[in-house]
Amino acid sequence: MAEDHTHDHPHDHSQFQPDLEDKPLTHYQAMTEAVGELLIEKGVISGDELRAMLELIDAKSPAAGAKMVARAWVDSAFKARMMDDVLAAAEELGIDAGGIPILAVENTPEVHNVIVCTLCSCYPRQLIGLPPDWYKARSYRSRTVCEPRKVLAEFGTVIPDDVEVRVHDSTADLRYMVIPQRPAGSEGLDEAALADLVTRDCMIGVTLAKAVG
Amino acid sequence: MSARFDIGARVSVRASFPPGHVRTPFFIRGKTGVVTEILGPYRNPEELAYGRSGEPAMPLYRVSFHTADLWQDYDGGTKDSTVVDVYENWLDEAAGEARGETS
Repeated sequence: MAEDHTHDHPHDHSQFQPDLEDKPLTHYQAMTEAVGELLIEKGVISGDELRAMLELIDAKSPAAGAKMVARAWVDSAFKARMMDDVLAAAEELGIDAGGIPILAVENTPEVHNVIVCTLCSCYPRQLIGLPPDWYKARSYRSRTVCEPRKVLAEFGTVIPDDVEVRVHDSTADLRYMVIPQRPAGSEGLDEAALADLVTRDCMIGVTLAKAVG
Repeated sequence: MSARFDIGARVSVRASFPPGHVRTPFFIRGKTGVVTEILGPYRNPEELAYGRSGEPAMPLYRVSFHTADLWQDYDGGTKDSTVVDVYENWLDEAAGEARGETS
């Protein structure tokens, strides 16, 4: 679109992607901005420290969790330690899982686990990165507890009737991650190849690990 | 700190609706489940939220419910369960007979 185009033609500019600034800040957005600015103004933190922290948070990815799951698949003793203490098990692999306790729940032929936080959007960010928008949406948070099988089906995951669907609502001080079942046909794969089968969504429990091949 | 409830204990969640920052979801209030894990002592979030100490810490439990007990017309099968982390101040000993809870 040319800079000098005139507005004597009837098109609606609202059809374009709005900028973030087009909407007024919500109360909490304004509070967050204000606290951030105050901390910098008073010299508690520097702007660069704030930026670096955001960069660190954004850099977290599901790769850390995937690495742990792949190790758990090939090493049952490691899996036992992970089920007992995720943070310590992460440290064994050189992964910083942060200070918030995380509990791993394991899928089996009898039980399919899925994670939700109905109250807000608690999520094991250190191991699987930032939560997807749908995880934070009211729709996922409310429907996963009352009609989990329908929600899973919308993700393409149909759980047989004779398998228990176990929903974990992380309402309190812990975070949860799912250890998916190891896919059939993955026997010959090394740990790195196995980790490639472990997606963010299967560690939330809305899908299974990727099929081999 | 000793935990009031053991693993396997049947517990009822208080049917209480206080104002403020409460981390017990509405859909389990007044419902009965089974303690599956004792997670250890945690400070009271209802106090922490307002800048108070939250001390003394109290036990946090994982409580498993039959999903069909939580929702009328739940059509996902009787095996399905919902596990929620609940602080001890929200739990009472459940009255009545047990009915095949999941562990």
